[in-house]
Amino acid sequence: MAKRIDVSGLHVYYGDFLAVEDVSMTIEPRSVTAFIGSSGCGKSTFLRTLNRMHEVTPGARVEGKVLLDDQDIYAPDVDPVEVRREVGMVFQRPNPFPTMSIYDNVIAGYKLNNRRLRKSEADEIVERSLRGANLWEEVKDRLDRPGASLSGGQQQRLCIARAIAVEPSVLLMDEPCSALDPISTLAIEDLISQLKENYTIVIVTHNMQQAARVSDVTAFFNLAGTGKPGKLIEIGETNKIFTKPEKKETENYITGRFG
Amino acid sequence: MTTTDLSTTGRAQRQRRRLGDVLFAAGAQGSGILILAILAGVAAFLILQSFDSLAANQANFLTSSEWDANTREEPSFGVAALAFGTVLAAAIALVLATPVAIGIALFIVFYAPRRIAAILGYLVDLLAAIPSVVYGLWGIGWLVVQLAPFYAWLETYFGWIPLFAGPVSTTGRTMLSAGIVLAVMILPIITAMTRDVFLQVPQSHREAALALGATRWEMIRMAVLPFGRPGIIGGAMLGLGRALGETMAVAMILSPSLVISWFLLQSGNQTIAAHIALQYPEATGYGVSALIAAGLVLFAITLAVNMVARFVVSRRKEFA
Ligand SMILES: Nc1ncnc2c1ncn2[C@@H]1O[C@H](COP(=O)(O)OP(=O)(O)OP(=O)(O)O)[C@@H](O)[C@H]1O
Ligand SMILES: [Mg+2]
Repeated sequence: MAKRIDVSGLHVYYGDFLAVEDVSMTIEPRSVTAFIGSSGCGKSTFLRTLNRMHEVTPGARVEGKVLLDDQDIYAPDVDPVEVRREVGMVFQRPNPFPTMSIYDNVIAGYKLNNRRLRKSEADEIVERSLRGANLWEEVKDRLDRPGASLSGGQQQRLCIARAIAVEPSVLLMDEPCSALDPISTLAIEDLISQLKENYTIVIVTHNMQQAARVSDVTAFFNLAGTGKPGKLIEIGETNKIFTKPEKKETENYITGRFG
Repeated sequence: MTTTDLSTTGRAQRQRRRLGDVLFAAGAQGSGILILAILAGVAAFLILQSFDSLAANQANFLTSSEWDANTREEPSFGVAALAFGTVLAAAIALVLATPVAIGIALFIVFYAPRRIAAILGYLVDLLAAIPSVVYGLWGIGWLVVQLAPFYAWLETYFGWIPLFAGPVSTTGRTMLSAGIVLAVMILPIITAMTRDVFLQVPQSHREAALALGATRWEMIRMAVLPFGRPGIIGGAMLGLGRALGETMAVAMILSPSLVISWFLLQSGNQTIAAHIALQYPEATGYGVSALIAAGLVLFAITLAVNMVARFVVSRRKEFA
């Protein structure tokens, strides 16, 4: 189920502006990879190219290759819609559909592929996904309530449930905890550790402790200078990146010294 | 010394702001009361002025369809056919215009290239500014002529549906023609409202749908239409209000007769507004008062439509 991601020589442009330059990396299945780096260095931009979400932004385009197992997701005959069914995404701000109940939120994506869905089948998927997102116990008695009636942390787990209901092989998360309190953050971190048994997970975070806690591999991005494109500086086992990184830049960032 | 100065000016400013708040609150409250007062005044006027003829009326005002009010003795008139015609014309307009308006708004916001979208949006706004008498002229001078053969075709193939039963009016001056012209008239206002709510759908909701692997159309069904529903209904109701009260276009196109008829392709039917406009100049005896009574019914219908719309919009509020 989980798949490997292989990126080689990827450039990302917004119009003429080169935002991310020449990234190559391999992301192993059943692992958590964290992207860290200062603001504006292109972490989100790069993350969104892994499921072609950047194409929603007018003028955004990529050069280079992204392989999902052996499938080139930018091959001419590949539909971005198919890519996104395979590579799910969770956003910084929890964004459940406000007009839908908790139940409908979870099943929304699954329904896209399976129009004729028996009620029992749908119930099963909703329960499995909510359990998978550690939310079932909290909401099982009010599945018909609006998704927006939950707390921020619960909403974010609802979004994770919605994403895993379509059974993707990869889950991308862009600062999923930055709008949450410490308790909710811990709940999501626990969840990430569980989810990695079945999924390939990539998470962007500004929280260094979080990267250290949840990830197996850490990738450090940085800007070469103002107005210059963001670059991948170093990628390696989280332990190593946080104890003895190879690059001086990485060490400065980790220890809080810049320049 | 300077500190005291600062604190006094600070307090003075605070007080002035408080005065501003008070003025604003009073102004807002006053406007609200004024609107209610105008509404009540109009209703009172209609009721008082119509009382005269209603008291003398020999027929049942609500169920009768005849109109024999231009007399001082024993008038007998009723609003049934007029009310029916009014609602029917507006309903036809709404049924025709709303889907088209949603389609245009979706195209402008989600499908059209930016330049074309801007031009289209401008054209729609322009349509809204055309006076209704011009629509009436266009309807009677051109549209009706074009529609007559189409009506014959409709009757041939769909005549088995009662709505389209013959004999077809050869002039084309039918209820359906009036409805079509009204639809064109209310199209821009519904389109403009719908486009505005579609533009307000947060990027995050759209991305949520797309990230689940929704196509553009699926994204629209999942995130855009549910979010925009209250706005669409609001726009449709604005259009309906305009269609209900529209006078000139209907008065010019419809060849009136005071009957309740479901046959859209035959001549017949009349709306309250057009009836008032056509009859008022020649009204004598109880005539004017009777027309005002008809106006009262139109007022009530419009009010009811708005209240139903409000109810529909607010029904699932916690999901909005
Ligand atoms: N929609 C866009 N159009 C044009 N430029 C953009 C757009 N989004 C981002 N950029 C630019 O691309 C660069 C990378 O931005 P990105 O959002 O990927 O950074 P980030 O690493 O995610 O930052 P943060 O940590 O603050 O989220 C920035 O210079 C930014 O200004
Ligand atoms: Mg970001």
